[in-house]
Amino acid sequence: MTDPTGTTDTTTTVDERKGVSRRRLFGAVGAGAALAGAGALVGRATAAEPPFSHADVVAFRGEHQAGVVTPAQDRMHFVAFDVTTKSREELEALLKKWTVMAERMTAGEEATPDGAIGDGLYVPPSDTGEALGLAASQLTLTIGFGPSLFDDRFGFASKKPAALEELPHFRADNLDPARSGGDIAIQACANDPQVAVHAIRNLARVAFGTASVRWSQLGFGRTSSTSTTQDTPRNLFGFKDGTNNIKAEETDVVDENVWVAYGDDQPWMAGGTYLVARRIRMLIEQWDRTVLGEQERVIGRSKGSGAPLSGKAEFDELDLDSKKGHDPVIDVDAHVRLASAQELGGIQILRRGYNFTDGSDGFGHLDAGLFFIAYCRNPQEQFVPMQLNLSRNDAMNEYIQHVGSALFVCPPGLAEGQYWGQGLFT
Amino acid sequence: MKTMRRSTFALASVAVLPLALAGCTEKSTASTDDITVTASDETCDVSAESGATGTSTFQVTNNGSKVTEFYVYAEGDRAMGEVENIGPGLTRQLIVSLPDAGTYQLACKPGMVGNGIRQEFTVTGDSTSASDESGQLAEAADGYRRYIRSQVVALQDTTQQFVDAVKAGNIDQAKALFPVARTYYERIEPEAESFGELDPKLDLREADLEPGQEWTGFHRLEKDLWVTGPQPDTNAIADQLVVDVQYLADQVNAEDYTIDPTKIAGDAQGLLDEISTSKITGEEDIFSHTDLWDFQANVDGSQAAVAALQPIIEERNPELAANITQRFADLDAELAQYRQGDGFVFYDTVNEQQRQELSRKIDALSAEVSQVQGVVAGA
Repeated sequence: MTDPTGTTDTTTTVDERKGVSRRRLFGAVGAGAALAGAGALVGRATAAEPPFSHADVVAFRGEHQAGVVTPAQDRMHFVAFDVTTKSREELEALLKKWTVMAERMTAGEEATPDGAIGDGLYVPPSDTGEALGLAASQLTLTIGFGPSLFDDRFGFASKKPAALEELPHFRADNLDPARSGGDIAIQACANDPQVAVHAIRNLARVAFGTASVRWSQLGFGRTSSTSTTQDTPRNLFGFKDGTNNIKAEETDVVDENVWVAYGDDQPWMAGGTYLVARRIRMLIEQWDRTVLGEQERVIGRSKGSGAPLSGKAEFDELDLDSKKGHDPVIDVDAHVRLASAQELGGIQILRRGYNFTDGSDGFGHLDAGLFFIAYCRNPQEQFVPMQLNLSRNDAMNEYIQHVGSALFVCPPGLAEGQYWGQGLFT
Repeated sequence: MKTMRRSTFALASVAVLPLALAGCTEKSTASTDDITVTASDETCDVSAESGATGTSTFQVTNNGSKVTEFYVYAEGDRAMGEVENIGPGLTRQLIVSLPDAGTYQLACKPGMVGNGIRQEFTVTGDSTSASDESGQLAEAADGYRRYIRSQVVALQDTTQQFVDAVKAGNIDQAKALFPVARTYYERIEPEAESFGELDPKLDLREADLEPGQEWTGFHRLEKDLWVTGPQPDTNAIADQLVVDVQYLADQVNAEDYTIDPTKIAGDAQGLLDEISTSKITGEEDIFSHTDLWDFQANVDGSQAAVAALQPIIEERNPELAANITQRFADLDAELAQYRQGDGFVFYDTVNEQQRQELSRKIDALSAEVSQVQGVVAGA
């Protein structure tokens, strides 16, 4: 694991932030000692504490939302909400409240000032408290809006971007409506799973009556690198994943493929992006009974080094033309070939998925796979043609099943004083 | 329904709250100051059109052929007092505190449905509402205690009818009476849960039985009626139910039975939590599928608890009061879709999506009600 300290301008230290961080509350005493007695917590925000030794806080505000090109954190809690109110005012009020809470939590603070223990004995604490003493852990909270939010309920129809059309049915899709769609999505990523869960939990609980959770997904291992500072991780098939992913440092490529530009579509969307989420169940047991040679043929890379079968080292270029006798070295239906920019006329997306395991199903098989998240400038021109190609031809289809699907439009980042979704209301 | 009760308001012991209740003892004998109410299926004759601030006592006689109820409402249909399940030929007493001058409404409800036959009741005189907090809280606690007692009276009546039908071998009638009797229990269950092992005796579910534990109460009879048919000990279980309900009545009618004002908010919350945990899943009435009767009763009980605190909430946090009223209305409207005749459709006909919608409404309401205890405690 590389240390991302100071490698990008999206990180800052907590010392630059106002307020008392959860970590600072405990100060030099440390969480373990502080837990010895709740009474000892009060007033521990003293000056005599060590400064943060690592860049732990990702800036909440900026030109773009954090959590897209931010170096992928280790853990994720993703949630999709249905808006249950019919009131535009209530929805706007919730988004404002969420924004305040989200900004606080990404800075390592409680959802509300002193909310875990300071509200008194007779009200449910306004912060649930399980993140007390935990660092900000590079928490990012990224919001997106689904096509369904632009129906006739709130008067957003005229603000709907053209590319925010429901994804088509892809071959062999086996989608569960209870794991698909949603009016609003929030992606929480952090290096500590408890921090990510805390964030979503606290946002969800203030939403009751206005929005309710439609589905959610926990992810425990990033399955792609979004920065050159990161090693390439492995997915649950045991293969390196994300070697050819777009990297944050390639700003031209990012601008070309990820961020919506002025003039692309709705003006309020400039600087935003689209989020495609797919819950891809991996048929782990079948895969584990597959011989190594077949596994590598299906993927198109060697399992050990991650090198394309046409090369020797991980980052060697994918050579789709190389032959072994009459046959291509990288099979015609190998996953890397079908997903490559060369094959797709230059199409690229920024992948940001996570491994998931939700225990086992009733057959004793792991309910596990890849929670695929992609960010792109136009899903209809990028994700859709890519997935059409993969769903028809990918050798990997024998070992996976798409069981959940959703599409969201993510607005641009917030300037000081702005709130989530402001572009929809103004 | 739970063997282990979560202590929603365990903090009451550290609360520095006034516990002294206003001197409003319930006399069991009629006096000349009493107002008589003579109800029939079409009429509701009251011996007085007005009264003085303070305590009024109504003697309600049902000369009709339907079971009736009698209510005293303040503005906005806030029930100041009620006596329910008055069978034909019976006389029941209602003692109600009307601390402020104003126009109240009296209502008889033959058949226990609808808005009832109403008339105005004018109260004049100096306000007996204490302007200080302790007076308000004591009034709330007193009002809620009266509600509890009124429900237990109805519980005793309906339970006896249910048990009679069971013992007579009249299965269809017993099945019809089962959710009716439970209504009065489900409205006040958090109070019943405060009396030691009483709640498990009355309301234990089969799934919560421990090895070797004797299974008594409503749900045991539910299984006998709906699944196995009468068992050799069915009648004994039915008799025990009457004994256990009588024990509950003895407890809540005891002179030293008091209610901590902060506990009222805990009860309101606890009743909604009951729905979220066992009603919404259909686990509570797994044999009879009469969960929606319980569901509505929990909501009613929660609303009654909040209503007792309403003046305090209104004064200290009007926005919260308005939100709670709105959320209760939303939930009632949602539940109304499932009404059928005098009761509800069976819960196994309510699909997953409909259950989710009910659950959302409950969550929305609970989020508001969870703030009440803090308001009451002055936090």
